[in-house]
Amino acid sequence: MMPSLYLPSDSLARAVGADEVAVALITQARERNLPRGLYWLEPLLEVDSPQGRIGFGPLTAADVPSVLEALQGDPSAHPLAFGLVEELPYLKTQQRLLFARAGITRPLSLDDYRAHGGFEGLTRAVAVGGEQTATEVFDSGLRGRGGAAFPAGIKWRTVRATEAAQKYIVCNADEGDSGTFADRMLMEGDPFLLIEGMAIAGITVGATYGYIYVRSEYPDAVATLRQALNLARAAGYLGANVGGSGQAFDMEVRVGAGAYICGEETALLDSLEGKRGVVRAKPPIPALKGLFGLPTLVHNVLTLASVPLILAKGAQFYRDYGMGRSLGTMPFQLAGNIRHGGLVERAFGLTLRELVEDYGGGTASGRPLKAAQVGGPLGAWVPPSQFDTPLDYEAFAGIGAMLGHGGVVVADDSLDMAQMARFALQFCAEESCGKCTPCRIGSTRGVEVIDRLLAAPDQSGRDEQVIILKDLCDTMQYGSLCALGGMAPFPVASALKYFPADFGLQASEADQ
Amino acid sequence: MPDEMLQLPLVNSLLERHKGSAGALLPILHDIQERIGYIPDAAIPEIAHALNQSQAEIRGVISFYHDFRTAPPARHILRLCRAESCKSRGAEELAAQLRERLQLDDHGSSADGSISLRPVYCLGACACSPALELDGRVHARLSAERLDALLDACREDA
Ligand SMILES: Cc1cc2nc3c(=O)[nH]c(=O)nc-3n(C[C@H](O)[C@H](O)[C@H](O)COP(=O)(O)O)c2cc1C
Ligand code: SF4
Ligand code: FES
Repeated sequence: MMPSLYLPSDSLARAVGADEVAVALITQARERNLPRGLYWLEPLLEVDSPQGRIGFGPLTAADVPSVLEALQGDPSAHPLAFGLVEELPYLKTQQRLLFARAGITRPLSLDDYRAHGGFEGLTRAVAVGGEQTATEVFDSGLRGRGGAAFPAGIKWRTVRATEAAQKYIVCNADEGDSGTFADRMLMEGDPFLLIEGMAIAGITVGATYGYIYVRSEYPDAVATLRQALNLARAAGYLGANVGGSGQAFDMEVRVGAGAYICGEETALLDSLEGKRGVVRAKPPIPALKGLFGLPTLVHNVLTLASVPLILAKGAQFYRDYGMGRSLGTMPFQLAGNIRHGGLVERAFGLTLRELVEDYGGGTASGRPLKAAQVGGPLGAWVPPSQFDTPLDYEAFAGIGAMLGHGGVVVADDSLDMAQMARFALQFCAEESCGKCTPCRIGSTRGVEVIDRLLAAPDQSGRDEQVIILKDLCDTMQYGSLCALGGMAPFPVASALKYFPADFGLQASEADQ
Repeated sequence: MPDEMLQLPLVNSLLERHKGSAGALLPILHDIQERIGYIPDAAIPEIAHALNQSQAEIRGVISFYHDFRTAPPARHILRLCRAESCKSRGAEELAAQLRERLQLDDHGSSADGSISLRPVYCLGACACSPALELDGRVHARLSAERLDALLDACREDA
């Protein structure tokens, strides 16, 4: 008899040919599971064996006949077989709390979800009540995974303590940062985890309605979430009596429209209200006056999805992972010019070098590593000399960088950092909400200054432009309302500082 | 465009569907664009009326978001990712290839009406950069050859 075959169904596995492989397998593959995040091996086929699941990958449709043939004899003899999937060091050394079900359960199976710990967090939250639930979240040390790393427990207590006829939970699934895909994987692969986290949040802070704002670039995540919501509602996890709590909570999915700034929480709220996504001045904070002017708990996908585990296992269990004030685990995302691109969930505290070299295996091109941009388009370019910095919010802030949403984009020596600096400002100009001048105008001026700097015929011409550029970066950094204008200077300044030659500068010129 | 008037019943039925839903302008615009291919000018007074907003407000929202189109697109919509991860894996070379083959800037429709080109900033496919989206489907680990093959397929189905 043919053993069970498992093939991921998420959008990226399909983007590299998983559907074609599935067609070639036709009736053979039993299930399309959620991906493990081992993207360099996708399309990755897993096959049951007495020892555990064996992996084959990356496959093409053309490999399918030979794989099927190998399954009748000695599977390990196939050239694309790489042994037991769970013994792969890349996976085995991870600490998967959030992505514990990745590769194992079917995204839309409530039975699978429940069989692997699903809804234990909600059950406990219902049992211990709102006050204790908010305390667990506070005590766990969980910080927002959307970028700013603000303590989640403080927001929960604020929204809970605020009286209002209506409160909201808003999940920020705009995931606009280049180099990030953990939200997408979670929504496509384990949608009930996010729903459970939001339901716990709802009954804890007294919100009765929620929205998941998903970027339009993620249509598969939207479709999966909508199906999952229907299933969860039918099973009583949403609706008038959430998980037997006697409290009501329901939610819907809303789709963005291709504006990076709508990832900023107040712009997102305006967008949800049907307006242009323009950043609001704070105060008031959304926890007090958010969606439609009412108290709103806004969190990133990963923040909300961390809550069920914290409830199920307790705050102390979660705190045992991590270092300093960065507690728990973070799903880091390896992208760009990297040999082993994928998702690496580990407790905070491993170094960037371990991540890029041990997990990532260095550059995909095999050329020397030049830098890594950590934390998305507003994050600094970190040179290899700083790769021993531990992945910890405070340690990264200490070197003028940030962890953000955990994306790491690796570049080899062929990438021109002057062009990347130019792009950072061009991106800021294109995506600016237009509310403040340093961001709206400064970013466009910055692109022009870099162009003049690169075209300057002599040293004095270059010096002049460098001074203007630094000045402009200062104005943007200190005069912008939000981090788009306020942090776009970070990739520019780091490129200039560590890679002056790309701008045609001597090290001393860039330093002045 | 007089034939836009023919689309008004559809627009109105979509508006009806969102009646009573708070802040529904984006879902409405998405629905209209999905069914009609773009947001017809004739739809704007209808939307404004249904939401009790000014036409200027509706136009302001449409122009703010990169996704919304106010003219029909070409037969195929190709969005090449131009963000950092894809740039570090050769996205700019692919962009140059597209400009050359389609005789287009980064934004616009090819003369034969087969392809509308647009940049996009990240498709969440960064572990397998470079990537593009063609008619809603993501293709990753692109090479010059695969891009050429995708373009050929777009042009052949005229
Ligand atoms: C320009 C800009 C873009 C942002 N994009 C995102 C995003 O895509 N996803 C996200 O969760 N947070 C994003 N944020 C952070 C949010 O404003 C907000 O801090 C977050 O949603 C709060 O959730 P958390 O506490 O779970 O981190 C962005 C912030 C800025 C300034
Ligand atoms: S910094 Fe830019 S994006 Fe942020 S509020 Fe100001 S103009 Fe808008
Ligand atoms: S940067 Fe191109 S897919 Fe993310």
